[in-house]
Amino acid sequence: MNRNARHASHAAGGVSGAERAIPWGNRRCSIVCLAFGLLFIVLLALVVGSVPIPLATTIKILFSKLPFVRVEPAWRAGTDIIITEIRMPRIMMAGLVGAALAVAGAAYQGLFRNPLADPYLIGVAQGSSLGAVVGFMLPVTGRALGTGIIPLFAFAGALAATAVVYLLARQGKTLPVTTLILAGVALGSLLTSIMSYLIISSGDKMHSIVFWLMGSFSLTQWSDVRMIFGYIVIGTVVILIFARPLNVMQLDDEQAQQLGVNVEKMKLILLGAATLITASAVSFVGAIGFVGIIIPHAVRLIWGADYRFLLPLSVLSGAIFLILTDLIARTALSPAEIPVGVVTALFGAPFFLYILRKKRRVIF
Amino acid sequence: MAVDIELQGVSLGYRGRLVLTGVDFTVGAGELVGLIGPNGSGKSTIIRALTRIIAPLKGRVLIAGRDVLEIPRQELARLIGVVPQMPLLPSAFTGLEIVLMGRNPHLGLFEHEGCGDVEIVWKAMDLTGTHELARRSVGELSGGQIQSLLIARALAQETHVILLDEPTANLDIGRQIEILNLIKRLCREKNLAVLAAVHDLNLASQYCDRLVLIGDGVVCREGTPSEVLTAENIGTVYGAHNCVYTHPRNGLPVVLATGNGHTAADTAYRPGERMDS
Repeated sequence: MNRNARHASHAAGGVSGAERAIPWGNRRCSIVCLAFGLLFIVLLALVVGSVPIPLATTIKILFSKLPFVRVEPAWRAGTDIIITEIRMPRIMMAGLVGAALAVAGAAYQGLFRNPLADPYLIGVAQGSSLGAVVGFMLPVTGRALGTGIIPLFAFAGALAATAVVYLLARQGKTLPVTTLILAGVALGSLLTSIMSYLIISSGDKMHSIVFWLMGSFSLTQWSDVRMIFGYIVIGTVVILIFARPLNVMQLDDEQAQQLGVNVEKMKLILLGAATLITASAVSFVGAIGFVGIIIPHAVRLIWGADYRFLLPLSVLSGAIFLILTDLIARTALSPAEIPVGVVTALFGAPFFLYILRKKRRVIF
Repeated sequence: MAVDIELQGVSLGYRGRLVLTGVDFTVGAGELVGLIGPNGSGKSTIIRALTRIIAPLKGRVLIAGRDVLEIPRQELARLIGVVPQMPLLPSAFTGLEIVLMGRNPHLGLFEHEGCGDVEIVWKAMDLTGTHELARRSVGELSGGQIQSLLIARALAQETHVILLDEPTANLDIGRQIEILNLIKRLCREKNLAVLAAVHDLNLASQYCDRLVLIGDGVVCREGTPSEVLTAENIGTVYGAHNCVYTHPRNGLPVVLATGNGHTAADTAYRPGERMDS
């Protein structure tokens, strides 16, 4: 086999060994670079804010939290709290949500073979928003049940909406993706109109509802991060594991089956994982737009369409993007805060349009 | 000769609409069998049944002696490679990425393509002359180039059975001959069982060892090209005026269409007469 292959390559005009390597090295390298980039952005976001904290102090505070490391505290107690109780959970949440939305968006785009797909296509956002609005309308206030009822309602609404869409779209043993999209869009519109009615009849709660719906990380606590961390990590890992079958599924269902992919099972697994992480992401911070549709396309433009690289690169890019965006949201008009959902597109769209013009390649 | 494909009294259809009934034929190792018949006669349906996309309503479909319904999908993809007819391909993927998908049936969930797989893929691309398409997006390629890539993908699957649905439909005559020569050579050298749905009766005649003619929902005729390709058979199944001659070099049948308004008798070829006089 070995000799035959070499012989054939001579017959074909002697394509050299270097050209025959599969071009994976660059993209592997990019994953490592982006991981370091993420680390850098996290440090930047810890340092910058309404109270600037020197980098050295920040690093010392972080080290002092590690077990078995003793650092003499040479800073005021307030500084410690700003880093570990205010900025860190917020950055963690932004990173988790950004990663979750980007990877879920990429997975939905692949699953539906549709470049316009985003994590909210099949009713997750509308379900969670309606759930949250219902939560606001209830006479209960404060953070009951430890985390407040709004996230619980949002999470339940997101999962319930997707479950209904799934049941409506299922035809016998198969799940045709076009039916799934149409059912999702129709149910989403229904939920949105119900939500709009609830909002206009919500009276003095209207302002806080609208602010929540635009998305914000300003109230994030460690307990919130802990609640969604597991779901997002598990869902993301599941999606990453199935990257190669997802590649093959970019062909039509019939070809994918003929190449050994159990298409219906794969749809269920990927849909379940992507929906779980999207529902987790939106339940605390609202349906932040733009990240889930544009980050995967930006990654495609730069690194190509292979899902084995697209997915991990989307995870990292999404996290970096949303941490940066939240940094802008809390510092640009400090001490006032802009809802992060406003900032994502305001700064993200020009950047995306720039690479869209610069890198001319077949995207999808 | 080992029998690799066997259909036993197979009936096929969609949603209660019967397409084919009582289909019986076999394809052995090292044999190139052509499936011919009019548009919509069920050529692609047979390929779907062989790859378990649809289950037969009656009868059994066997690959290497085993019922396809009992073979898990990934294992089936290690037994049968398919070259589909003008399928949708994701245009952003490169030629190399498409051919690499042919290794999917051989890889576990946590594996990725190793050196051996990469070598197999490049060899398949050399054989089909597609190595220069490796870095190009599929969206930029012509129908013929895509066809060649799909054949490379099927070769990368390293199966003993290859099914082709109109493998030469988008190719010019030079590429048609090149691709069919390649298929025939692989069939002989690697002892593959090849079943090809073919539209062009003359190419079917020149390259296939045997032909299976389907029409009106049944197998009408099965045998060597000379047995199957008679003016009578073709007239009955296709409902077309035609003449069948013998190829001057190899004596295989050649089918010519007869133009509008003429009957077969009008244009009967008299031996010794120059066609252009």
